[in-house]
Amino acid sequence: MDTGEGMQPAGLGAKSKIERSLKKRLRKQLLLQGLGLGALALAFVMLFILVASLVSTGYHAATQTHVTLEVAVDPDVIDPEKLPRGNFRKLVQDSIAKRFPDVTEPADLRRLAKIPSNGAQFLLRDLVADDPTLIGRTVELSVPVSDPFDQLRKGLIDPTTPEQFRRLSDLEIEWFERLDEAGAIERPLNFALLFNSDSRFPELAGLRGAIAGSFWALLVCFLISFPVGIGAAVYLEEFAPKNRMSDFIEVNINNLAAVPSVVFGLLALAVFIGWFGLPRSAPLVGGMTLALMTMPTIIIATRAALRAVPDSIREAAMAMGASKQQMVFGHVLRLALPSILTGTIIGMAQALGETAPLLLIGMNAFITAAPSGPLDSATALPTQIFIWADSPERGFVSRTSAAIVLLLGFLIAMNGLAIFLRNKFERRW
Amino acid sequence: MASAAFLLLLGTAAAGCLWNWRAAAAIRSGGTRLRSVSSYHGLFSLLVVLIPTLAFVLLWQAFHGIVIDAIIIGGVPERALEGYDAGQRQFVLTEIRSIAAGQIFGEPEAWMLAAAARLAGLEGTAPVLMIAGAGALALALAAFSRRKVRAEFNARESVESLVSGVLLACSAIAVLTTAGIVASLAVETANFLRLVPLSDFLLGLNWEPQIPIREDQLAAEGAFGWIPVILGTVVITAVAVAIAIPVGLLSAIYLNEFAHRTVRAAAKPILEILAGVPTVVYGFFAILVVAPAMRTFGAQFGIPVSPNSALAAGAVMGIMLTPFISSFAEDAFSSVPSAMRDGALALGSTRAEMMLTVLFPAALPGIVGGVLLAVSRAIGETMIVVMAAGLIAKLTINPLDSVTTVTVQIVTLLIGDTSFDDPKTLAAFALGMMLFLVTLCINVFALKIVRKYREKYE
Repeated sequence: MDTGEGMQPAGLGAKSKIERSLKKRLRKQLLLQGLGLGALALAFVMLFILVASLVSTGYHAATQTHVTLEVAVDPDVIDPEKLPRGNFRKLVQDSIAKRFPDVTEPADLRRLAKIPSNGAQFLLRDLVADDPTLIGRTVELSVPVSDPFDQLRKGLIDPTTPEQFRRLSDLEIEWFERLDEAGAIERPLNFALLFNSDSRFPELAGLRGAIAGSFWALLVCFLISFPVGIGAAVYLEEFAPKNRMSDFIEVNINNLAAVPSVVFGLLALAVFIGWFGLPRSAPLVGGMTLALMTMPTIIIATRAALRAVPDSIREAAMAMGASKQQMVFGHVLRLALPSILTGTIIGMAQALGETAPLLLIGMNAFITAAPSGPLDSATALPTQIFIWADSPERGFVSRTSAAIVLLLGFLIAMNGLAIFLRNKFERRW
Repeated sequence: MASAAFLLLLGTAAAGCLWNWRAAAAIRSGGTRLRSVSSYHGLFSLLVVLIPTLAFVLLWQAFHGIVIDAIIIGGVPERALEGYDAGQRQFVLTEIRSIAAGQIFGEPEAWMLAAAARLAGLEGTAPVLMIAGAGALALALAAFSRRKVRAEFNARESVESLVSGVLLACSAIAVLTTAGIVASLAVETANFLRLVPLSDFLLGLNWEPQIPIREDQLAAEGAFGWIPVILGTVVITAVAVAIAIPVGLLSAIYLNEFAHRTVRAAAKPILEILAGVPTVVYGFFAILVVAPAMRTFGAQFGIPVSPNSALAAGAVMGIMLTPFISSFAEDAFSSVPSAMRDGALALGSTRAEMMLTVLFPAALPGIVGGVLLAVSRAIGETMIVVMAAGLIAKLTINPLDSVTTVTVQIVTLLIGDTSFDDPKTLAAFALGMMLFLVTLCINVFALKIVRKYREKYE
């Protein structure tokens, strides 16, 4: 800056004043910048802690401790005529007692019998039911151990803590170590987590029912919300006259998108279950509820996609003599379809994670069989997570984390697909 | 049964479509010029058959249960139901239903057995009737549309008017949903207010919805004053917003003004992931990590922190709302005309000064709208508080204490078996009504601000 010759002293003073104030101002800027960076970092750190805590607890559920038992299927206990009534429990107990000939006290024997999972008898029963020639022979069977021993094996129970503070006594730990030394303990991958249905016992509980329930609910949701949502959006964007009626519908849709999800659950409970008499806990009702919630998302996405198609396409179609509907269905909608699909998949991903409305319509019931259709009682992935998170058994903590990791995996896959579709097919005009 | 009806319906519609198409094509090949191409004649038949029959089947599915119930109750001798209110009638109906399903307990009266037999008969004939009705309707409509096939019939226009009707119906579903929400909440709330006076509900300071089951039980009387519940909601919302506003706004400012392009490109998807995490996951995070951490932290300073404190639930909710607020703020910043930004910078202000004195005030209405939407989200948010907040309603504003919220009460009152004559169930609907009204007001107001502000700069 050019200051006059005579003004120099004053100019110098002003300059240093400016410099001083500039320094102050830049410090302020630095402060704002630092605060912003800190805020952003806080958000990232939180996401990191979230993911880290889920993975660090969830990976324990990837494996499951098994114990190998040699079970003598005693024909005196198991009658081939009355297989389901057979006392398989006793067979399992006997086989574990056989490994510990020194244990004779009935109370100790009862505690010993708690090493294999309570579900071991059913595994044995199914095995024998499939192959009745096993009766009278000795079967080598690998069954899950019950939850406390699984925790011990995974290092989640510390044997060095005082005995009264842990869930296993010294004696039980010693038995388990003897089994381990005998080579009867192994830790295979936990496929049961994916292929079993829910159970009261964490070592047997799996997500099959929840995955199937979520699948049926999402299918119903898609079949309703996709056509209806596109229809509504096409009407509002292309055909609706600009009047108070269409304004009213538009305000309505925008508000529906912001209504709390639990209110949709109340609606479903009162209307679908109370008035229409549809079954409780059914994925059909869940899907219908989710469809009502997803529809505003799809409508808003579809309208944006239709708006992005340039008017020259419309004018060209009309100029060639197409009717308005031929123009919309033959050209505009086709060009908008990739963006519509992207919006729909994102809406479906939201629906997959939605929990509260499903709780109200009873999709949090305890159900041990996977649903075979949309009318069977079922849980969904998020409600299963809620049930497990509420369970007192320690083993469910890692399983809840694993279920969440699976749910997040599904969500990331769906969003990834949406991004892929957008990048691959979307046209920029 | 319903799937058989749908298959039958689709089959008839497809057959009618082909029938018309070929008839029209025959006229065309006979040398007569058609007003519409033959495929439109087929499409006309398809729609004429499909729309009314589909509506018939769906309405039947929705309402046949109600009609059968009315017939059964109407057939029961009046003496047997004398002096019964709606709830007791419902109970009789349930009993009849279980007898019809073959589960007989004790020795039911003769009229009950007769009603059960009638119910079984009706339930046997109902699906047959439905399929017969749907089939007859579909065939009649197919025949009707076949008669329409003439050279001068403008099938395209008819098809298009039918299609516009369908499209209008689709957009009406959004309105119907709102109407359904309002109607169901209003009906159950009215039932609730018949049991509990409005003044008790709105002004009462006690919320103890456990009603004694037996007369002599030493339980709470059952109090339905919503003040402590809404107070708990306000406490948790305040904690959440107090965290989300500064963190969300500051990160939006940083991303918008100071961040390098690569940082921006990396940060946006991460914030989107944070926004896409289901709330049940946040709830588990709160009970697994945040609440225990806060308890240990409090214990080091000798401050007792409740295991399900409002602070933990609110803090996690704040994390959930952060990306929401930051994306709203970024939208607001980027819709301020760049001339204002450039002007401020050209006059020599630092970026921070430009941000705080020009951009921020200009974007403020949009930011306020976003914050209001975040508040309404926090009030309606369910899973985080169901998992991490308390169940007992306490009249306190201490965030270290355990409080309950409107949504927690709705969920806990409705989990498990619910019957619609129980004040507990109805109380949940009354709370739902209040929740709906409060969030609706905030949303309408917020959307109005956002929209008005956008128009100003466009």
